[in-house]
Amino acid sequence: MQYYRAHVLICGGTGCTSGKSLEIKAELEKQLVTYGIENEVKVVMTGCFGLCEAGPIMVVYPEGTFYAHVQVKDVKKIVEEHLFKGRIVKEKLYYEALDEDKVISVNEVEFYAKQKRIALSNCGVIDPENIDEYLAKDGYQALIKVLTDMKPREVIEEIKKSGLRGRGGAGFPTGLKWEFASNYEDDMKYVCCNADEGDPGAFMDRSILEGTPHSVIEAMTIAGYATGSKKGYIYIRAEYPIAVKRLEIAIKQAKDYGLLGNNILDTKFSFDIEIRLGAGAFVCGEETALIESIEGKRGMPRTKPPFPAEKGIWGKPTLINNVETFANIPAIILKGGEWFGSIGTEKSKGTKVFALGGKIKNTGLVEIPMGTTLREVIYGIGGGIPDNKKFKAVQTGGPSGGCLTAEHLDTPIDYDNLVSIGSMMGSGGMIVMDEDTCMVDIARFFLDFTCEESCGKCTPCREGTKRLKEILDKIVAGNGTIEDLDRLENLAGYIKDNALCNLGQTAPNPVISTLKFFRDEYMAHVVDKKCPTSVCKDLLQYTITDKCIGCGSCAKVCPQGCIEPLGKEINSKTKRRQYVIDQNKCIKCGACLEACPPKVKAIIRK
Amino acid sequence: MANLELTAEKYALLKTFIDENRSETSGLMPVLHKAQDIFGCIPIEVQKFISKELNVSVSEIYGVVTFYSRFSTEPVGDHLIGVCLGTACYVKGAQKILDELQSALKIKPEETTADGKFTLTATRCLGACGLAPVMMIDDEVYGRLTPDMVPDILSKYDKEETK
Ligand SMILES: Cc1cc2nc3c(=O)[nH]c(=O)nc-3n(C[C@H](O)[C@H](O)[C@H](O)COP(=O)(O)O)c2cc1C
Ligand code: FES
Repeated sequence: MQYYRAHVLICGGTGCTSGKSLEIKAELEKQLVTYGIENEVKVVMTGCFGLCEAGPIMVVYPEGTFYAHVQVKDVKKIVEEHLFKGRIVKEKLYYEALDEDKVISVNEVEFYAKQKRIALSNCGVIDPENIDEYLAKDGYQALIKVLTDMKPREVIEEIKKSGLRGRGGAGFPTGLKWEFASNYEDDMKYVCCNADEGDPGAFMDRSILEGTPHSVIEAMTIAGYATGSKKGYIYIRAEYPIAVKRLEIAIKQAKDYGLLGNNILDTKFSFDIEIRLGAGAFVCGEETALIESIEGKRGMPRTKPPFPAEKGIWGKPTLINNVETFANIPAIILKGGEWFGSIGTEKSKGTKVFALGGKIKNTGLVEIPMGTTLREVIYGIGGGIPDNKKFKAVQTGGPSGGCLTAEHLDTPIDYDNLVSIGSMMGSGGMIVMDEDTCMVDIARFFLDFTCEESCGKCTPCREGTKRLKEILDKIVAGNGTIEDLDRLENLAGYIKDNALCNLGQTAPNPVISTLKFFRDEYMAHVVDKKCPTSVCKDLLQYTITDKCIGCGSCAKVCPQGCIEPLGKEINSKTKRRQYVIDQNKCIKCGACLEACPPKVKAIIRK
Repeated sequence: MANLELTAEKYALLKTFIDENRSETSGLMPVLHKAQDIFGCIPIEVQKFISKELNVSVSEIYGVVTFYSRFSTEPVGDHLIGVCLGTACYVKGAQKILDELQSALKIKPEETTADGKFTLTATRCLGACGLAPVMMIDDEVYGRLTPDMVPDILSKYDKEETK
């Protein structure tokens, strides 16, 4: 084996790739040749590092030097100074990776030090397109152990012992689900991986598939063995081209190595995996809709029971698990259910990956033990709110979840706690909002989403969400009344109780939680006709104050022509007058505000 | 209007794919993905063709095509602009980016410019929330956008055409 003096890891996740990490890699390889050290330094393109905020990211091992915001033009210097001469390029280090003069390794930076990585353990560490690197990290050891040492029952018992619950949203105990699927006898059974990841603002599954696709393939094969199935499907969003490509490569490599396909590792067990692309319908993340879609139909949910474990794809018993659920399996098999069960809270074991986004400093992916508080995630790992703004709310559970407030910050995160305070775990989106976010607008935003994604099969969801949205539209337009708030509440309760699937049943949650925790903001919209955060355009008023010097810049840009010099006279000789906005014609585009000379600042928005 | 060519070659491509993947359990979706790739959309003529090949009724195919937002029945422009309106992007001002694009291109979401160059769509989370707000033009992701970056980005595509 070739010995390398240093390894340079470059992030090939979606975030960093759009920051040109592919070009950075090419430049790096070129520069290594220029300095004649291409045989001493190995370049690896990995999956997502998680800290997208600092991207494009480059890490140099053995010491773990963490370079952030790397650009193509920085590469030459890094090669010359660091890799050639051995002097770290301090000005390109991540800001926390330098303490006075001491360089701090990537694993000790606060963002990473507070995480515990199981599902993400290989992300940002190995080259996802190379099965050998996965094998070097104990990859496929779990499969080997299962096929040579364990009976299907024992595998299921181990998963049950771990206490693992589904990471796709509902949190159903995984071991139990495997047991159900294994108990139904049939000539054909399926294992299905749900990689539809529809929650807007979540990208955990994507990063797992892009960073360590073999983990999912290995876990599905283990599931096939445990439940007596020969065939797996991965249903993945077509919007994730990189993940699809890496999965295809991984499947092929696994087959070449005899780890997938007929007679795996020369045993009697055979298992094959096929990829199916979604086509842009959120509801297809719901397991029965997903099955319909795989069968080539419109993705509309079926009534349950029968559950997929009994009648799934083509009417056959089908085990469906989420990507992250699968990604935990190899570690559980290798280290034991007891080990996994020792992490987390009483009823929620192990870790959970969250996609931190919105108004937070360190946007990116974090994996934390269950039971970590929201405060720790947002202020500790996440670095708090940028620009010294005040924290207002955090939204978890996507369109099915709710908004939580400052008073909930010390709640330990687990399935049951989040539900009890009016939100839910969901798939792991965590969007932070600051004082500039209008909660009524956010509720309307989510309703807009569910309205569009409602499949139309049941009336409470199809019509109900539309009506909810109409009321919210009315409120943000300034035409709402106090009675509308009661109507929102009643209708929300009705939809919750009567919709067919979870999409509809949870669709009113964003409305319910914002109404509960931010009622004063709703009141401001309906009573005072004001949006406290100046987000709702129709409720804004632009006015010109006494500071106006009568230059007319605003009138020139006004698309409505509704600003005229009809105010106070400023200069009796020139007859120059101050300008006034005709509120009845104003469309609140804000052009005047921008046109007003910065020195004058005569226009205010309220 | 973007042009739509339903050439015999394209039909032949689709037919090959269908023949290669004909099995009881392959389902309709892979064929529709392929058709969308080949033709850029799935107009009624193509639906009829698929219907004959797979022995599935046109009404069922139409139902499926119109259900999924990735399939379209009308051709799209040379460049597909997808502005992410996922939560992370929305909180960080994606609406302003969409507004700016609308006024720059003089079209609304889901419309195509008169010269057939751009189609504007509002998409769901692109999985690049770390860079919010984000838009995608064809396969290229643009992140950390502000409205004033929009004209520059669009002009890149304008130049390319006149080259
Ligand atoms: C509207 C809706 C959307 C869903 N979207 C997803 C999704 O994108 N990914 C996912 O894994 N599960 C999703 N689920 C949950 C699945 O129905 C199912 O519970 C899950 O795939 C089971 O896997 P798990 O037990 O490993 O969590 C969704 C459910 C509903 C009701
Ligand atoms: S919300 Fe826009 S990329 Fe995720």
